[in-house]
Amino acid sequence: MEALDILFTTSFWVAAIRIASPLIFATLGELVCERAGVLNLGIEGIMTVGAFAGWFTVYSGGDLWTGVFVAAFAGAAFGLLHATLTVPLGLSQHVVGIGITLLATSLTYFTYRLALPQVTSPPKIEPFQPFAIPGLSKIPVLGEALFSQTPLTYLAFVSVAVVAWVLYRTPLGLAVRAAGENPSAVEAQGISVTGIRMGAVMAGSALMAVGGAFLTMSAFNSFFFQMVNGRGWIAIALVVFGSWRPGKALLGAILFAAFDAYQIRLQQLAGGIVPYQVFLMLPYVLSILALVLVARRATYPKALMIPYQKGER
Amino acid sequence: MQTHPAASPPPSAQGGGSAREPVLRLSGITKRFGPLVANDAISFELMRGEVIALLGENGAGKTTLMNILFGHYVADEGTVEAFGAPLRPGDPKAALEAGIGMVHQHFTLADNMTVVENIALGTEPLWRPRFELGAARARIRALSADFGLFVDPDSTIAALTVGERQRVEILKALYRDARILILDEPTAVLTPGETEALFGTLKLLVAKGLSIIFISHKLAEVMAVSDRVLVLRAGRLAGERVTAASGRAELAALMVGQEVVSPPVAPLRGGAPLLVLREVSTGGRGTGARLDRVTLTLRAGEITGLAGVSGNGQSALAGVVAGTEIPTTGEIEIAGRVVSVWSPRAALDLGIGRIPEDRHAVGTIGDMSVAENVISEQYRSPRFARHGLLDWAAARAFAEEIIRDYDVKCPSPDARIRLLSGGNMQKLILGRALDPEPRIILANQPTRGLDVGAVSYVHRRLLEARERGAAILLISEDLEEIMALSDRIVVMSRGRLSGASARGERTIAQLGELMAGHQGEAAA
Repeated sequence: MEALDILFTTSFWVAAIRIASPLIFATLGELVCERAGVLNLGIEGIMTVGAFAGWFTVYSGGDLWTGVFVAAFAGAAFGLLHATLTVPLGLSQHVVGIGITLLATSLTYFTYRLALPQVTSPPKIEPFQPFAIPGLSKIPVLGEALFSQTPLTYLAFVSVAVVAWVLYRTPLGLAVRAAGENPSAVEAQGISVTGIRMGAVMAGSALMAVGGAFLTMSAFNSFFFQMVNGRGWIAIALVVFGSWRPGKALLGAILFAAFDAYQIRLQQLAGGIVPYQVFLMLPYVLSILALVLVARRATYPKALMIPYQKGER
Repeated sequence: MQTHPAASPPPSAQGGGSAREPVLRLSGITKRFGPLVANDAISFELMRGEVIALLGENGAGKTTLMNILFGHYVADEGTVEAFGAPLRPGDPKAALEAGIGMVHQHFTLADNMTVVENIALGTEPLWRPRFELGAARARIRALSADFGLFVDPDSTIAALTVGERQRVEILKALYRDARILILDEPTAVLTPGETEALFGTLKLLVAKGLSIIFISHKLAEVMAVSDRVLVLRAGRLAGERVTAASGRAELAALMVGQEVVSPPVAPLRGGAPLLVLREVSTGGRGTGARLDRVTLTLRAGEITGLAGVSGNGQSALAGVVAGTEIPTTGEIEIAGRVVSVWSPRAALDLGIGRIPEDRHAVGTIGDMSVAENVISEQYRSPRFARHGLLDWAAARAFAEEIIRDYDVKCPSPDARIRLLSGGNMQKLILGRALDPEPRIILANQPTRGLDVGAVSYVHRRLLEARERGAAILLISEDLEEIMALSDRIVVMSRGRLSGASARGERTIAQLGELMAGHQGEAAA
């Protein structure tokens, strides 16, 4: 019974939403890239860059929002590198993506060591503080879970709405979706496929980097190695789970985060009887099951992973 | 050969013909792809309200020329002027702004989006906070009504038929106020009825003063729609004729550069049934229609022609015969025996020779050598493999044999097959399929995209196989080909098969009705 009671505690839902926030940014970022037809496997590295860039900006004396901006900018820069290799040069998106992840991760660790050669324990910054939205945060359980979070979590939710609006309500979004489905349709209407795809990859990478920055500037208050810990890869699965739709991707991120928050609490409950690794495994096993159920019916953007060369058909 | 049903007068006879001002001028357009000269110093003018037909075989350079005009390619030499102003090369946007609209042979539509979204794409500045589709929808409705291009603006492209998709492509151009419309092989995917409707639309457009370039390799259509014909052959302008003052024979000779001979077909009596499909249905897979209780008999020494508009289940039927598609219900009987296990290997072992529809995607592996490709159906046979090791000498010898017997132009058995031209690739596939002397032959679109010489070669080989006693299933979208070669003709529409008709029993018009799905008289 105790195991079920957890689901009705406010702290559980607060944690779930907090854990979901970086995933929301990362999933949205990947979704934007893929909707334009580019699989961005650089996500894990780009999140690491964002985590470090944001944190380091604040550590060096910048304010928190400047840190978020720098993180986004650093992400976009790696996005530009990825896009240059995969879009106009048409290289394999798998190979480039993995390369970007390795490069970005290693470069980040290297920079960290160069900048802070002396430290033994990771230095701390003053991170974003929870900000209760007056009125809304007083709603029992749900209100407290959703509306007493840090500003970056609110930004994550706003981003979902913005991305959904842009994709489905603006001429730009139409062009992005068409570029992922049939780039020759975009070209035949006088729009540059290269421009649309590169822009989408840069914007998506910026979102991923902000997702990374959430870890060092909101969830925790310092940077350490391996802290992204596979969240990028989860985001790639969440895009499929969400059928390339921002709303569904948001639900997927919250669902996964809830599993994660739940297993932490189960560990404490069943401490000693069941090895804790079993619980750690739980969210991943469940997400594989969810993918099997959902993704079989998912319709991929048809031009995903297919480089577009002008004039070829 | 029979004339096409669309024998109406040229559309521009009624209007627009008086204003003889050029709207488009191409001067000295040359385009090379490596050693191949796709367009060689081509110049012509298009007048206001005129329909020019660009006639030529596949590979003559028609599509390349139009892609240069529309900005997909940049010409190596030469200039294009539209309405007196030079056109910026290499930019479709420039062409669109100059009032040039293009209906591509392979539709440039995003399947997951609606008609109105596809049409409005790119017509508004990208950085708008909102897309007003209401006005676009109204405008599309008006254009649809004006030009007989009916299509629901809110349906997604994926839900449309091929004919409807083409209407969307034309609407795309009209929506941008195109004054010059280029149609690249527009009738290739249409039923005879839909073709008539398209010609009606073209007439209305010309009456409004639009100029049209109509690309085709079908003489009957060119005669029916155009005022003037430009004939392209091997990248060169081989001739220019006023349609009314020319004839099919003259145009055909210009197009091919030689006499066209259709193969003689000796009358033969069909033999024993070699392959029988009984009430075969397939499950849904891919985009094409599924088979719905299809019954078909292929007899020895007979060519059975399967006509139909693409996407009506021909691929599924070809798959069943080739062993790549497993029927969900029904049975397959080969030489009197019902097969229990069906697979590509079983099909090969039972003597089915296969000429696949898409020689690039299915028929060959582009980056592998000619020798590797020709043994790909028999590599396990003792002829090419000993103790699990390939015998490359035998493979190469086999490739050389096919190259010689089938007159393939190819540097060596070690050349990568993707470097061969379509016709030579098809000859290799033909050799690979026919060499084991199969009892049953599946020829799926065996001449698509080939030049006249290669076409008659393929036909001759198929007829030879027929005389040898093979049962042949010929699937083609070219009705004239079907009618010329087939002993019996069946028509496929929405996954169902019409009853068979003997050679000459049904006219083109009757077959067209069946293709469009009017099963009335063929229910039996």
